[in-house]
Amino acid sequence: MGSWIHLLFWAAFAAALWSARRHTVFWPLLALALLLGFNQAFTPGFFTLELRGGHLYGARVDILNEGAKVMLLGLGMTLVIATGGVDLSVGATMAIAGAVAAQGVVAAHLPAPAAAALALGAALIAGAWNGLLVAVLRIPPIVATLILMVAGRGVAQLITGGQIITFTDPFLSFLGNGWLFGLPFTLTLVLLAFGLTALLTRKTALGLFIEAIGDSETASRFTGLPAPTVKFFVYVFSGLCAGLAGLVAAGNIRSADANHAGLYLELDAIIAAVVGGTSLTGGRFYLAGSLVGALLMQTLTTTLYALNVSADVATVPKALVILAACLLQSPTFRAGLARLRPRRAS
Amino acid sequence: MKRRLSQQQIPVAASLAVLLLLYGAGCAMFPRFGSLRVLVNLFGDNAFLGIAAVGTTFVILSGGIDLSVGSLVAFTGILIAQLIAHGVPPLAALALSLLFGAAFGALMGTLIHFFELPPFLVTLGGMFLARGLGFVVHAESLPITHPFYDNFIAQSLAIRLSARLSLPFTAVCLVAVVLGATALARWTCFGRNVYALGSNEASARLMGLPVGRTKVLVYTLGGFLSALGGCVASFYMQSGNPASFVGLELDAIAATVIGGTMLRGGVGFIPGTLIGVLILGLIQTLITFQGDLNSWWTRIIIGALLFVFIFLQEMISRFARRD
Repeated sequence: MGSWIHLLFWAAFAAALWSARRHTVFWPLLALALLLGFNQAFTPGFFTLELRGGHLYGARVDILNEGAKVMLLGLGMTLVIATGGVDLSVGATMAIAGAVAAQGVVAAHLPAPAAAALALGAALIAGAWNGLLVAVLRIPPIVATLILMVAGRGVAQLITGGQIITFTDPFLSFLGNGWLFGLPFTLTLVLLAFGLTALLTRKTALGLFIEAIGDSETASRFTGLPAPTVKFFVYVFSGLCAGLAGLVAAGNIRSADANHAGLYLELDAIIAAVVGGTSLTGGRFYLAGSLVGALLMQTLTTTLYALNVSADVATVPKALVILAACLLQSPTFRAGLARLRPRRAS
Repeated sequence: MKRRLSQQQIPVAASLAVLLLLYGAGCAMFPRFGSLRVLVNLFGDNAFLGIAAVGTTFVILSGGIDLSVGSLVAFTGILIAQLIAHGVPPLAALALSLLFGAAFGALMGTLIHFFELPPFLVTLGGMFLARGLGFVVHAESLPITHPFYDNFIAQSLAIRLSARLSLPFTAVCLVAVVLGATALARWTCFGRNVYALGSNEASARLMGLPVGRTKVLVYTLGGFLSALGGCVASFYMQSGNPASFVGLELDAIAATVIGGTMLRGGVGFIPGTLIGVLILGLIQTLITFQGDLNSWWTRIIIGALLFVFIFLQEMISRFARRD
């Protein structure tokens, strides 16, 4: 019985790989398949799935659940990177959103949906601040978002009064811990966000605008694109994604921790986008690739934990993945590889 | 030429004014703020940040960025502590860690130059790598107990100012590094190449300047100064900890920017970075003296200062281009 399910899983995976064979997403998907195959062979218990009380449990479900935050951040980050920018402030924005939601419920006694909406509003303002600096004042994105990255955590601590605010509200904890259709609710949230983003960018001209601006801002301005408006939009959108991720992070641990919520996740989100094939110089983006990239990084982390590698040392293989993904994108490296090939043939 | 000078001098003058204003405000608000001890501690406590920030300044002047600073400082600290614990003579341990820092920086510079990778991503990889390697060396905090540290550096090398106050060796290191780096930036070919590279890489290449060598050397220098910062931090903490100095690179970048270096590269002034570091230190000291203001105000104030200085830079460079 169990082996049938495994066979089905791998058949589905192989089908996904085959259908993506001409697509950039093939490479991260292949890496993910190799990593999962390694686990199938060497990590006992990794592939067990259990149905307990109508909920699915297992390492793969954990990966989907744990990876949700980076997948959400990755959606916003992908669009920002596609315009040739970067958003370093998403981790701090997550902390702000979590702090606002927790204080809204605990201190202001707001109904939980209102508190969550308020948190998303705060994240929206954070994104708008970045957008203002980049699109209107034309400050380089790394620098502009660095300001909120430095100050944002301070703002979050100001909101929480420097304390870890714990809450018992069922609505907020559902966002991070809930179950829907037997799977973690975060998965539904990610799929919804992904679907909306894909619709917005691929079924309207917005995606084209974003890629055009990333390719050449000057040229896109000459063709009449409202470059500042589009840029402002992507930073607001990234802030909104960070706000959602912040709600998930706070709901997950039923508390708002201004110091640690989303710490370093901006880097994970950037890695997810780059591993997924989005070019760091802007001009092209792959939303599905970013999701696969986020899952790849999360699977790597979970695999390392399963192998008893401590969380601290696990940064070493992560660094090697970043450098490998960078090298594979490098034109010089590719040219070198291409030069090797005919020589071997002759 | 005159416009170029003003573009460089206005931010430095502004940061000097902020520094004096903060110091004056502190002296006016707290009677003991003006004492020599506060000043001595300001240099001693921020020495490792200052040294690392000088490295960051060179990298930013060349038009790049280095995110590996904090991890490298922590790695150096734990490496030295572990080597000394295993009986390696302290001077050899220090030399080895400096060599490692320089090699690490050179490796990052090579990747950045030869494979045309974005500095931001490569040094991000370096940040994760150095952080993890630190935990491989030793997984937790390790005290350094050696007569060389306890007596020689803490006692003999400190400069006695009065019966109860002496200038720690770390402060001497900071001043020496700032003086040396200023000379390197102003009066050597390497320094001029760094400025040229940061102003415009394409024209630097067309002028026949050794762009590749300069780029690799800049990151080598950055790695070396991070390692030196780690050595000085180990003098100051008397221990090594692989989990320490998370986010130090942000403070180093903030100090550089507040000190008047343009984040786009090509314009900047090394002693300005010292001013930036002292401003960050003074904010911390002021908040400590105040007592009822919380530490998170430090981050908010630093963020606000960062915004003001970046805004100032953008306005100045825009006016300079318009003329």
